[in-house]
Amino acid sequence: MQEAMINKAKQLLADGTVNRVIGWKRGEFAYDITPAVFESAEELDSEFVYDDFTSANVSKYLVKECKKEGRILAFLKPCDTYSFNQLIKEHRVVRENVYIVGIPGGPKLDAEKIKAKGITGILGVKNENYTLKIDTVYGEETMPFYEAILDKCASCKSKKHVVYDELIGEDGDVLDSNRFDMVEKLENMSAQERYDFWREQLSKCIRCNACRNVCPACTCEKCVFDNPNSGVENKAPADSFEENMFHIIRAFHVAGRCTDCGECSRVCPQNIPLHLLNRKFIKDINSLYGEYQAGEDTTSRAPLNDYNKDDCEASIVHERGVE
Amino acid sequence: MQVNENKEFEPLIVAFCCNWCSYAGADLSGTNRLNYPTNVKIIRVPCSCRVNPMFILRAFQRGADGVILCGCHPGDCHYTSGNYFTRRRMTLLFSMLDFLGIERDRTRVEWVSAAEGAKFAATMNEFTESVKKLGPNRRLEDLRCRKQ
Repeated sequence: MQEAMINKAKQLLADGTVNRVIGWKRGEFAYDITPAVFESAEELDSEFVYDDFTSANVSKYLVKECKKEGRILAFLKPCDTYSFNQLIKEHRVVRENVYIVGIPGGPKLDAEKIKAKGITGILGVKNENYTLKIDTVYGEETMPFYEAILDKCASCKSKKHVVYDELIGEDGDVLDSNRFDMVEKLENMSAQERYDFWREQLSKCIRCNACRNVCPACTCEKCVFDNPNSGVENKAPADSFEENMFHIIRAFHVAGRCTDCGECSRVCPQNIPLHLLNRKFIKDINSLYGEYQAGEDTTSRAPLNDYNKDDCEASIVHERGVE
Repeated sequence: MQVNENKEFEPLIVAFCCNWCSYAGADLSGTNRLNYPTNVKIIRVPCSCRVNPMFILRAFQRGADGVILCGCHPGDCHYTSGNYFTRRRMTLLFSMLDFLGIERDRTRVEWVSAAEGAKFAATMNEFTESVKKLGPNRRLEDLRCRKQ
């Protein structure tokens, strides 16, 4: 795959279709693959990486990149194309300045899950018939492939590319995923249990803002959480209220625009399941205002920018079963 | 500091009222000499859709035990469609608060027209009673703002 991508990038650079490529390169360790921009064939040869740890969604970078001179080549996985399509819809990117090559998606690996098995010093991985062979500084270890995949890939919603100029490999289909299972489980708990669950999770928050910074839907030039008058800018939450507030508002600001790419949970250094908050909104929108998948198209109206005269009243929340 | 053990809990209710309907409704209930509890503090907003989720959270932070949002009846909005957007937003927000385990009866949306002074008073009486039963807001409070 990596070979085919490098060749494609070189070819497009050589024929002048694009003048830059956004891809990924290795970070300090084998498992921290970070997005990077490449400008020449030599750079691509020496640094471009695409492997099972390459899970970062590059669509948010394109908001800035597409405003520079020339065209940029972006490799997008199916979930990334939803994010990109949503950005087109919101006029945050210039479509003509981006050349999109769709690549098959995951499942991608979660280094934390490998480390949780006590396997450290990871040098590289190989997937052989869904057994993960992990090369470490202490020798070779193995574990089942599906036990090491990212949560967001375990509940993948679609293998279909919604926007692309060309594809490497085959296009997939929208999947029937189980992504609302955990939300449902929480909904069926009592209010006290839910409160305890979220207190345990959200109290871990250190307000590093990684969830906000990585989110392809969070593209405001000026963020409400950077407002010096808000009293909550650039600092750790002082108490439970501030933790709740940050996460409610963060999720609310992307409600109806969140494509459920799962990046927020992936980057959280405290492993807070932030995607559950987004999924709760998506689930509510689907059940109350009709099925809606953000980023699926560029024409439909976002549920929170739209209304129906016979929408349900807010009291529907108070009439639900579990207290 | 004096502690009065027998003092009944008096909730603080914040009511966001839209300028065109509910605020006039509150006015009407006053001119009609209808009673509603003094726990209710009204904040006038140009339209119910002026209220963003942060307003509601901030009210809870600063010591509110219940927040009620009043606007024109759907279809009667002074700005044509503001309250339709409010309805969707608040439904989602209240659902999220409920999801986080915060008592859902602390929040409410009610449509009160300028002619419904009686409805305004009745709504406030009933809402204050129900919040009183829930007791002080502990799950969404800011300890730094707690009154002694």
